[in-house]
Amino acid sequence: MNTLKPVLSRTLQLLLVLWAVVTILFLMFRLMPGNPLAAYIDPTFTLEQQEQLIRQFGLDKPLLSQYFTYLGNLLQGELGYSFRYRTPVAERIWLLLPNTLILTFSSLIIAYVFGILAGAWLAWRRGSRAEAVSLPIVLATRAMPEFWLGMVLLAIFSFSLGIFPAGGTRSAGTEYTSLWALYTSADFLSHLALPVLTLAIYSQGLPLLLMRSNMLDVMKEDFVTMAKVKGLSPYTIVIKHGARNALLPVMTSFAISVGYQLQGNVVVESVFSWPGLGRELVSAVSASDYPLAQGAFLMIAVVVIAMNLIADLLYTLLDPRISHA
Amino acid sequence: MPEASASRGLVGRIFGPLHLPVGDNFAVAGLIIYAVFAFTAIFAPVLAPYDPTEILYSAEYNLASDLMPGEEGHVLGTTSLGRDIFSQILFGARSALLVGLTAAFMVSVIGTIIGLLSGYFGGWVDTVLMRLADVAFGIPFLPFVIVISAFLQPSIWNTVIAMALVLWRDTARVIRSQVLTLRSRGYVEAARVSGSSDMSIIVRHIAPNIVPLSLLYGSIAIGWAILTEASISFLGFGDPDSISWGFMLQDAFASQALSRQAYHWFIPPGIAIILVVSAGFFISRGYENLLFPKLGR
Repeated sequence: MNTLKPVLSRTLQLLLVLWAVVTILFLMFRLMPGNPLAAYIDPTFTLEQQEQLIRQFGLDKPLLSQYFTYLGNLLQGELGYSFRYRTPVAERIWLLLPNTLILTFSSLIIAYVFGILAGAWLAWRRGSRAEAVSLPIVLATRAMPEFWLGMVLLAIFSFSLGIFPAGGTRSAGTEYTSLWALYTSADFLSHLALPVLTLAIYSQGLPLLLMRSNMLDVMKEDFVTMAKVKGLSPYTIVIKHGARNALLPVMTSFAISVGYQLQGNVVVESVFSWPGLGRELVSAVSASDYPLAQGAFLMIAVVVIAMNLIADLLYTLLDPRISHA
Repeated sequence: MPEASASRGLVGRIFGPLHLPVGDNFAVAGLIIYAVFAFTAIFAPVLAPYDPTEILYSAEYNLASDLMPGEEGHVLGTTSLGRDIFSQILFGARSALLVGLTAAFMVSVIGTIIGLLSGYFGGWVDTVLMRLADVAFGIPFLPFVIVISAFLQPSIWNTVIAMALVLWRDTARVIRSQVLTLRSRGYVEAARVSGSSDMSIIVRHIAPNIVPLSLLYGSIAIGWAILTEASISFLGFGDPDSISWGFMLQDAFASQALSRQAYHWFIPPGIAIILVVSAGFFISRGYENLLFPKLGR
């Protein structure tokens, strides 16, 4: 198996990247204004709590030894206590992660299905008026601030037409027996609609443009010419011969988009008061809840790096021409 | 690109040496938007009817707040604090221009230098620099800029520096691969064999060939920087002393402009951002066609 070696070396490389990012995070939160204790200890904590945290994070020791304590705690999933919630940061993060992932994946799946179909269609209609009109529009959606698009949709569909709720994940006073019941309820889905639409409109540009340019390349290949010569229908040529081959690179870009989307979520979650990691990061930073801000940042970074790795591996495994010599 | 410049005529001869992508419709539209935008930014104090931060009062000394477009001579109406929206849009061009240009400059300079060193020297220099780029790719961009902007004093410069610290990665990778192909070209080999120093090979033979590519990535970075600054201001971590389009949107959002249907307040800043950012995209597309004509469109 000569594919195993590149997989291992790439994984190792990205573990090093993760370590570097964790170190940068440590330095960022230690070098901020105020005393070093401020990263973990809120003055309103009880004395016992303070002493316990000082011991746990080695806050009375030199910076270097704090750093190793920090790494050790991280490995055990120990992220400290949130100043505002008075609960372990890790608990809070695991609570919010599903909301962020649901938002990210549902919007990206919609964006990719639409982008792939529209991209293939635009490649087929190359040079047409439809292309001349749609390309600038697609480029403009990439140039929009996501939060602004969210604001416009919110003003129209929520405040003006009243079709969708203005924010949050559920109406006040509703209770569900299980998470599954919540996520499949009409109430949850109607809260999900606008943020998903916002992110989907923003994200469809990448798969669309990628699909289109890949299709244009594939359509120049010999086997497509051959299919045309054989007199196959345009549908068979575009879908069976063109799209299948153009699809691979678009699919690998999905993983990159997940990591990227997670960063864009920060603003969109804030617009729609969606209780996810991004909004938590923003409110934690504004409220100087440093342990929680660190935890949210770390979680986002972990997903970004993991998605980079998945994209790399898919690329290696799916395209035999790429070698990691 | 001799064929392209021959057909471009006078405009081509003037702008040819700059590698401006005249001749491509998209790119020309982009350049026009940039020109209007730069003009607005420079002459904002002359063009704007009011001071963008001044709280205005009507003739009867009532606060001139929440006026609709056209009321009492305010082209786009006023904000809830009685500030003129149109003047804010014009002044917003200033901070957008400032953020866009400085960030793009830093990103392309840092990215180009790192890419050059990495591609040209190879070996451990390459390994170290490209691992650094890997790390930059592992940092969540917007969260990083948020944390840095919040911890340091909120100012345009801190936002720009935070962006540059991460965004150089894309430019560096592209420049590096371009340098790798250039390095194996005949004339570079010839220069090396004839005893030219590394420095003179880089300056004379390699740098001129990667400048258009740096400019391309610079023009993309302008858009990124403006969008990022808007997000940062919207989230409330922006420079409190400057009127930017992101600040206007935050002001509108926080003042319940959405539920009051004050479209005249929050639509214009968004349109302004879209125009300027897509202008960068249009220009970079034009460049791509010039640089890589065989890619086609």
